[in-house]
Amino acid sequence: MSARRRRRAATEPEEEEEEEEEGAGSDKEVDLEERLHELDLRGDSDIPDVPPPTDSTPEILKKALSGLSARWKNWWIRGILSLAMISGFFLIIYLGSFMLMLLVLSIQVKCYHEIITIGYRVYHSYDLPWFRSLSWYFLLCVNYFFYGETVADYFATFVQRREQLQFLIRYHRFISFALYLTGFCMFVLSLVKKHYRLQFYMFAWTHVTLLITVTQSHLVIQNLFEGMIWFLVPISSVICNDITAYIFGFFFGRTPLIKLSPKKTWEGFIGGFFSTVVFGFIFSYFLAQHQYFVCPVEYNSETNRFVTECEPSELFQMKKYSVPPLLQAVLGWETVNMYPFQLHSFALSTFASLIGPFGGFFASGFKRAFKIKDFADTIPGHGGIMDRFDCQYLMATFVHVYITSFIRGPNPSKLLKQLLILQPEQQLSVYKTLKSHLIEKGILQPSLRG
Amino acid sequence: MDGETASDSESKSEFGGSSPVPTSDDTPEVLNRALSNLSSRWKNWWVRGILTLAMITFFFIIIYLGPMVLMTIVMCVQIKCFHEIITIGYNVYHSYDLPWFRTLSWHLQLYFLLCVNYFFYGETVTDYFFTLVQREEPLRILSKYHRFISFALYLTGFCMFVLSLVKKHYRLQFYMFGWTHVTLLIVVTQSHLIIHNLFEGMIWFIVPISCVICNDIMAYMFGFFFGRTPLIKLSPKKTWEGFIGGFFSTVLFGLLVSGVLLKNVLRLEYLSGVSPFLAALNFCQVLNFSGPEGALCVFVQRTVRMYPFQIHSIALSTFASLIGPFGGFFASGFKRAFKIKDFANTIPGHGGIMDRFDCQYLMATFVNVYIASFIRGPNPSKLIQQFLTLRPEQQLHIFNTLKAHLVDRGVLASLEDA
Repeated sequence: MSARRRRRAATEPEEEEEEEEEGAGSDKEVDLEERLHELDLRGDSDIPDVPPPTDSTPEILKKALSGLSARWKNWWIRGILSLAMISGFFLIIYLGSFMLMLLVLSIQVKCYHEIITIGYRVYHSYDLPWFRSLSWYFLLCVNYFFYGETVADYFATFVQRREQLQFLIRYHRFISFALYLTGFCMFVLSLVKKHYRLQFYMFAWTHVTLLITVTQSHLVIQNLFEGMIWFLVPISSVICNDITAYIFGFFFGRTPLIKLSPKKTWEGFIGGFFSTVVFGFIFSYFLAQHQYFVCPVEYNSETNRFVTECEPSELFQMKKYSVPPLLQAVLGWETVNMYPFQLHSFALSTFASLIGPFGGFFASGFKRAFKIKDFADTIPGHGGIMDRFDCQYLMATFVHVYITSFIRGPNPSKLLKQLLILQPEQQLSVYKTLKSHLIEKGILQPSLRG
Repeated sequence: MDGETASDSESKSEFGGSSPVPTSDDTPEVLNRALSNLSSRWKNWWVRGILTLAMITFFFIIIYLGPMVLMTIVMCVQIKCFHEIITIGYNVYHSYDLPWFRTLSWHLQLYFLLCVNYFFYGETVTDYFFTLVQREEPLRILSKYHRFISFALYLTGFCMFVLSLVKKHYRLQFYMFGWTHVTLLIVVTQSHLIIHNLFEGMIWFIVPISCVICNDIMAYMFGFFFGRTPLIKLSPKKTWEGFIGGFFSTVLFGLLVSGVLLKNVLRLEYLSGVSPFLAALNFCQVLNFSGPEGALCVFVQRTVRMYPFQIHSIALSTFASLIGPFGGFFASGFKRAFKIKDFANTIPGHGGIMDRFDCQYLMATFVNVYIASFIRGPNPSKLIQQFLTLRPEQQLHIFNTLKAHLVDRGVLASLEDA
């Protein structure tokens, strides 16, 4: 059985990829897995072919495109949906950070749902007692934990005024742990005699999925709070890399890149790299000029809204750079005016083009391993949400690590929160130390009252 | 020393055909000869008993040897547990026949193990050895970019995994990848939490671990003598009588052990520079108790001289007896699921290291969360250090907020005081 599968990338052509070797090769896998547990993993040939995705294209589109041949129709659907997604993206950016947070959250939930559903299908475990509720419960727990750790920091002023919230924040770890333990004990109590292995598999599957989807989505939100530009530039670099790698591959593609994704070529890879770097450079230039994108998101307790107003940090102030002699000859300029952020955008786009694709290869390998064509059928023409976001995950972690290592030091809100938890005498002594330090550095004038 | 082996042999007969990995008899020769006369059932009991005593003695010895040795032992235990669980994964997936797979993936797993350990050690070491790290230039750079370096290392492993995917065995490889990560999550994070607890004070290491061990032993004894009503289908040999008896004796034991340990303050080096006794005094302050050392705490209308820590020990022992066993049930279920009798054969009569440590894992996390939530607040000097690395405007903002907060609370009497 060789399931025809479609490559995951946004922009690959629609030819079905025959994997005749896959059909023959699955024999060995069948052998191995037949020797495995009888209960679940049967041989690959026993796993029912994933039903072809139900055609969820809306009626309007179908009518509009009824004239064209099937191949062009597919291409048009993908194109239209891509445009729709991109416009939706712009709309939400316009609506603000809170909407973006909600969007990230809903994407996370949907990705989680998709991967868990695949797990159910692989293990034929639809009927396991409790398991669906347990998976959702764990999702809730882990989200609660992460929201308490990260987002609550940003709401410090809001929280200070309300007693119950203070209690929740102070004992946050304990409460999250207690919630998680409850789920754990429920799992242990729900172990049913004949399905131990299945249940352990689903338990592990749930945890790995949580690790991937929930942690990364919270990193995305933390990046967002740092400034929308830290959210927009990485994501658009990844999308740009997808599209330009496809285009370069389409026109110049010759040498295959990796056996996992036969449609990827070195020409596409390198072409995508250069275009993404240039794109990132130009895009950050435009974004860096607006406070809306550049300022850290803060919660204003007076107006009860998120505000992005600040004095832009020196990252976003135009600086004169002297061009290194090598480039001077090429460009003919001695100095150039750019935002320091654009230098960072080099790092971001490089990562997006060189390492980001590994996330895509990982997802391709995953889909081949579990013999699925797409993660789900959510987006007509594109597959599931995971299909669109597989490269983004590595990117989100990278941006977060990059920010904490190179851009900003410790998180000031977190520091503030910890200061406010101290005992009053400790606070007083810290206050005195800080005051003397600030006066020494000339940041605080001793004559003024602060 | 729980009814585990009995239940395991029951589960073995349940499975009938598919035979688990037979436990080779690696009891040392000397024991074999000494016990050669006894029947095999008593022999088993004696072997277990002797090994238990040996392990407990060993535990005391390393406590005596001090925190550094303890840390090393925790690391070794962690590596052995990781190895045991991964080996089970291999056995489950019958990957014997793919020698290249075993080597390659074993190397990858070792690499991931090293990466995650490096990450955690960096985080811990930076905190506790702050001054040392700041002084040495290479260490300072390593600690400043620690997260980036760890992430880069992890990514390398990830990319190697992707590049090593071989056509016919995708699923196997993904399984082992998933298995490795879950194992890392369980084993490595918990062992680092244990080390964190250790740094708080050896008492936070000794009391939880001994409570779990005591609960095991006591529950077994109560079950042996009074056991009647089965507790849970997963472990048929566990009984309600054992459970409840174990609970009460463990709480008592916890109180006694903390009392004994606290009397010998000398033994409890507190690596952060504050003795646990003083920390207990702090707790006394929080509870508005007054008085000199060994503060009086009112208990059941009689004044009793207790260390405040002993009240915490009640919480710890309660957790160890009520929730700790769930870790044991989880491990039992795991063993049944994968049709194995023991995790490994490391300890004669007891099975693998994981068998002995399965209940400890939940305990380690609980103690860590407990300490972070109820005992110690953030460290003021560390906060000051972090403050000094901020930008001036951020420093000013924090300073002003703190000031407003202090004035609010009346701690800062007036603005002139500032």
